Amino acid sequence: MTFLTEESAPRAQVTAPTARGRARPREHLMGWLFVGPFALVFLALLIAPLGYALYLSLFRRQLIGGTGFVLFDNYAKAFTDPSFRSGVWFVVRFSLVAIPLQIAVALAIALILDAVTSLFARFSRLMIFLPYAIPTVIGAVMWGFLYSRSFGPLTDVFGWFGGTAPDLLGGDLIFYGLTNIVTWQWAGYYMIILYAALQGIDPALYEAGRIDGAGRWQVALRIKIPLITPALLLILVFSLIGTLQFFNEPQILRHLAAGTIGPDFTPNMYAYQQAFALANFNYGSAISFALGGIVFVCVYAFLFLTRKRRSFLR
Amino acid sequence: MPMKRTNFMIAAALLAAAGGLAACSPDQGKSTAAAGGNDASSCTNTITKQNLPVVTMWGWYPNMRLVVDNFNKRHDDVQVCWTNVGQGNDEYQKFQTAISAGTGAPDVIMVEMDRIPTFQIQNALVDIKKYGFDAVKADYGAGAWKDVSVGGAVYGVPVDGGPLAMIYRKDVFDKYRITPPKTWAEYEQAARKVKDAGGPHFGDLGANVPALMMALQIQKGATPFTYDPARPKAIGVRLDDQASKDVLDYWGGLARQGLVGTQNQFTPEYISGVINGKYATYISAAWAPGYLTGAGVGKGKDTGRFAVAPLPQWDPARPVQVNWGGSAFAVTGQAKDPALAAKVAYGLYADDASLADGWTNQIIFPLNLKVLKDPEFVAAKVAFFGGRQVNKEVYVPAADGYRGVTYSPFGQYYYDAMTKQLSALIKGSVTGAQAADRLQQDVAAYAEEQGFTVQ
Repeated sequence: MTFLTEESAPRAQVTAPTARGRARPREHLMGWLFVGPFALVFLALLIAPLGYALYLSLFRRQLIGGTGFVLFDNYAKAFTDPSFRSGVWFVVRFSLVAIPLQIAVALAIALILDAVTSLFARFSRLMIFLPYAIPTVIGAVMWGFLYSRSFGPLTDVFGWFGGTAPDLLGGDLIFYGLTNIVTWQWAGYYMIILYAALQGIDPALYEAGRIDGAGRWQVALRIKIPLITPALLLILVFSLIGTLQFFNEPQILRHLAAGTIGPDFTPNMYAYQQAFALANFNYGSAISFALGGIVFVCVYAFLFLTRKRRSFLR
Repeated sequence: MPMKRTNFMIAAALLAAAGGLAACSPDQGKSTAAAGGNDASSCTNTITKQNLPVVTMWGWYPNMRLVVDNFNKRHDDVQVCWTNVGQGNDEYQKFQTAISAGTGAPDVIMVEMDRIPTFQIQNALVDIKKYGFDAVKADYGAGAWKDVSVGGAVYGVPVDGGPLAMIYRKDVFDKYRITPPKTWAEYEQAARKVKDAGGPHFGDLGANVPALMMALQIQKGATPFTYDPARPKAIGVRLDDQASKDVLDYWGGLARQGLVGTQNQFTPEYISGVINGKYATYISAAWAPGYLTGAGVGKGKDTGRFAVAPLPQWDPARPVQVNWGGSAFAVTGQAKDPALAAKVAYGLYADDASLADGWTNQIIFPLNLKVLKDPEFVAAKVAFFGGRQVNKEVYVPAADGYRGVTYSPFGQYYYDAMTKQLSALIKGSVTGAQAADRLQQDVAAYAEEQGFTVQ
């Protein structure tokens, strides 16, 4: 790049008196050119559909009587709609159970793999990450069959001990069935993020810790975990957003457990049903926006509570 | 400032990006055309006769290709361009999107009869009575025509139906020495007898088959919906009458006593249960044997294990026949030439060759009277039922006795709400009567919200 500076240096000198006045607009133009392609796609594929959905959500279309402007009536209806509320309550409960579980599993494995260096560790790392590479749909169908009491191994396994297999697709246990699927799918991915963060820690710190008499546990708890807190918070935010928008797994399992998983099982599924099965795009949009609001509030509250540690998001 | 060079670089990058976009665009154009139903360039079938007007059509009958080819071969004035965009709900969702968008629907569409009012009320279907109805009126029974009509207008051409009957496991019945129950009271007694002897479930109450429950309620005298398009704002919703409550209580009772299973139907779990003899009976429609055969049931060593008897009755002196499922061809409001589209709808699955292929392969239970009155069809020995003449014994009388139903213009909502109540009934958190009351409240509230006056 040296020749660039050589070339530009004389020009800068020549134009020096007026450079400021002339370069500014051109710099702006350059900036827009750089941002342009992104901004175009961003506006066309994100902002415009969002705006349109917001616009739709302010109307109500009836089978009899046509379309009318109702302002925020759809939102008022959503927040008093038992289907929407039970869906939100489900994903909130699900977040409280599934997210800590996923992160605990991911953290435990990352710490183990960081401490052990062998060929087996590398192999394990790949294997644990593998579920993330399997498409959600296929993963959900696969688990659906594993849970099946006719096809799955559960009946055999429980049969050896003389018990009857639990129905993980049934109303009582579907919560745990889904928790397991989600953990299986995502723990490996979070593990990789945490593992990468662990690799970034200066080994000198471990040495210093050991000189001060810290054991393996203390190194893990007092040095490693505090130092990867930013990464932990990052995956917490990821998983919080993802879980509140829970859709794929229950939507797939519906075909195997339609009576257990209703069309309003999660808010996203409810929005989908309203828009595409009942042709109620207006209310579907309102539910989506209401859910978006809830996600925003949850994430903001989370970030506020952890504001001292969130250097990565600033 | 390195303006010149960077300018050049940016120009090059933009050019490359533009080139990339340009390279993408033909593909994109193609895929939108494939998604839109009104485009004749993306048929699944091959149209051999060129330069004829083309009618686009969506449908999912398993032998659709043959049916379309038969039609195209016989016609020199119009050709059909067929696309399979998915079965049942998958297709309806695409159709619904096309309706909302105002573009993208095909000219002719296959719909289940219970969905016709849902689309009709959105003005998405065309009344085909003026396009040659009289010529084919005699080809179908009154019940079939009622199912495709809203008021006096006809919105579809019936193709197949689903008269209900009781499919049962002959081996299980023989083992526990029971004969096919003729009434629902006998059905319960037989179920108890089998259970007391340590036998399998006698039947199944699936939460995901609300249309079956509706048919069973109608059998006892329920009239879930009344609707007259002459007064489009008024709708009768009666989901909590005594007949509806009785039937829900009956099945809830069977489930509570463990006499029937509570597995969702059409799931691998349920089918494997049917194969393994976990259910002594399977209350289902005339298309069920074909469905089971397709799922691999009744072949090999299973041959002849299944038999079929008429649907049990509440009052054997006054038998009532009911129906579950069945489809029709309708002309959409987006059809470019409704008269031509109606010609396709009337003629598509109505020729002898297609109908014969449909019923001999158990793909459809035809509603065309040419077949229902054809001695070959009536006397046919059905391999799935061990070579019995089940059309003559069970299905044709059931189809003859069917009087038709008024379906609701918000069928999807009603079915979803019913599924919710059936799940609760199976769980035991409500009684049948309570489930009916809640269903009534739920659906009536929805109807009001949609602008109807509920009567």
